[in-house]
Amino acid sequence: MNFLERARCCGFKMLDPGTAEKIVETLLFILTLSSILVVLCIIAFMFKEGLPALALGREFFLGMTWYPPNNQFGIVPIVVCSFIVGIGALLIAAIIGIPAAIYLAEYSPDWLRNFIKPCVEMLVGIPSIVLGFFGLVVLVGYIKNTFGGYGECILAGWLILAVMTLPHVISISEDSIRAVPKTYKEASLGLGATQLQTITKVLLPNARSGILTAMVLGMGNAIGETMAVLMVIGNPEIPFIPSSVLDPARVLTSTIVIEIPYAVWGSMHEHALFALGVILFIVVAIFNLITTAVIRKGAKHR
Amino acid sequence: MNVKEKLVILGLGAAAFIAVAALFIVVGYVVINGIGVISWEFLLESPYRFEYGGIFPQIIGSLCLVAVCLLFAVPLGLASAIYLAEYAPDNLITKSVRFFVECLAGIPSIVIGLFGLTFLVYYLDLGICMLSGGLALGFMILPWTVRASEEAIKVVPHSYREASLALGVSKWRTIRSVVLKSAYPGIITGILLGLGKAIGETAVVLLTAGSGLEPFLPKSIFDPVASLPVYVYMIGTKGHTSAAYSRTFGASLVLIAMFLMISIFALYLRNRYTRRMSRG
Repeated sequence: MNFLERARCCGFKMLDPGTAEKIVETLLFILTLSSILVVLCIIAFMFKEGLPALALGREFFLGMTWYPPNNQFGIVPIVVCSFIVGIGALLIAAIIGIPAAIYLAEYSPDWLRNFIKPCVEMLVGIPSIVLGFFGLVVLVGYIKNTFGGYGECILAGWLILAVMTLPHVISISEDSIRAVPKTYKEASLGLGATQLQTITKVLLPNARSGILTAMVLGMGNAIGETMAVLMVIGNPEIPFIPSSVLDPARVLTSTIVIEIPYAVWGSMHEHALFALGVILFIVVAIFNLITTAVIRKGAKHR
Repeated sequence: MNVKEKLVILGLGAAAFIAVAALFIVVGYVVINGIGVISWEFLLESPYRFEYGGIFPQIIGSLCLVAVCLLFAVPLGLASAIYLAEYAPDNLITKSVRFFVECLAGIPSIVIGLFGLTFLVYYLDLGICMLSGGLALGFMILPWTVRASEEAIKVVPHSYREASLALGVSKWRTIRSVVLKSAYPGIITGILLGLGKAIGETAVVLLTAGSGLEPFLPKSIFDPVASLPVYVYMIGTKGHTSAAYSRTFGASLVLIAMFLMISIFALYLRNRYTRRMSRG
């Protein structure tokens, strides 16, 4: 912090304040550019490593088999599994999260809200690896005993991921319900509508864009989530498109973590894993862009 | 209020209850199964023969990684935040900086891990070591430190700045002695929350810092280093004995406890800070 003082001590006594201010501003500006540099580096290096596999074209993007020992790198089953797991988890999170948000925003007494909110915030903080291990020991065993199958399956992935996305869905939805102007609500209640009617006909439609944002953001998080999913989802040797929720599956993130230790550096296998990273990056980036666009549109609307 | 309405409220409340229950079930299960294995030996000894021994190097390793991460992310994040909040003109460059910060925040951690592996470990030839792991974690929390610091700086009332500037104090001096001084609890809260995120992160550390089972303490930042999350992953997925499971729960408990301490401290700071600000 004492940059200027030190600079003065070091013989820059004659530095006039104007110049010193300029130097500080330039220095801060250069440091600010570091974020851009990091992102550009990430994009450049991911593409550089993934390019040989991406260049396989149809074989890579439309291939149905991923079997590295045979040099088969078709990503379709992995991508399909990723979306199945992400969408399912998000639906569960929405079914629980949106009503919870309505309750927090409209019905809960203050003391209860002051208890529930910090709990939900804490839920974000449980390290995903701990949640994954809990899933592996408790959930997987439960599913195996109750529904049969291997236990490690899509259903377990859905539930664990739903717990992880739930806090985001709840807090963003609650914020957007609260952001609906109070006058709307008062007008509706004043016309004799019940509170329930007000919520379904006035609050929810007006909070729609915020809730949608929460969904899209949650989707991005769910697909990018690694450790928790990896531990409960089974990861079969050869990924396939699942036919039931009790089938094991392989997603983008788990494939990368499991296979990267075995991939010889510089081999097509390693390039293919980086290409999976590129796909993941692009998918999540698209979700984030949608979110930003929705937020911007919502802001303009008001 | 009719019966239907009451039922709806009950349903909505039940949904909120599920979210809270999830927290208590998971944390409770970990505490019940992990508390038995916690002892001084467990906390202060090194692991041996895969699943035996303690987790001392893992705890220290996690702390070292987080320290490197903060040394990288905090100065950069703070400088960016000061620039964005106080200096940035509303032009294309500033807008693109904001856009890239958002981008960085959205990148999945496994992608940052892969990037760390190719850029830090292979391209810069640092090898799998504490420095690589810490820097990769730093890339991950950089956007959080930028955002949190910027928010904290922005809520400092304009009148503070104006009073200082009117006294003839230079802009940088004003930022240093007035703005940062009132914003620092907010900044520290933001950094602590980022730290909580970094300490539980597994994928990044797994690819860049070490196997998680190293029974030794790192001697320099170029040594591979063990860490708690990776230890949990290794022991939890590859060990199938009851000794391995109880140790995994023990390590998970330590991890959750570390996280809780950090976030309770952060919340405490935030509360004290908002109370002071609202008092004026």
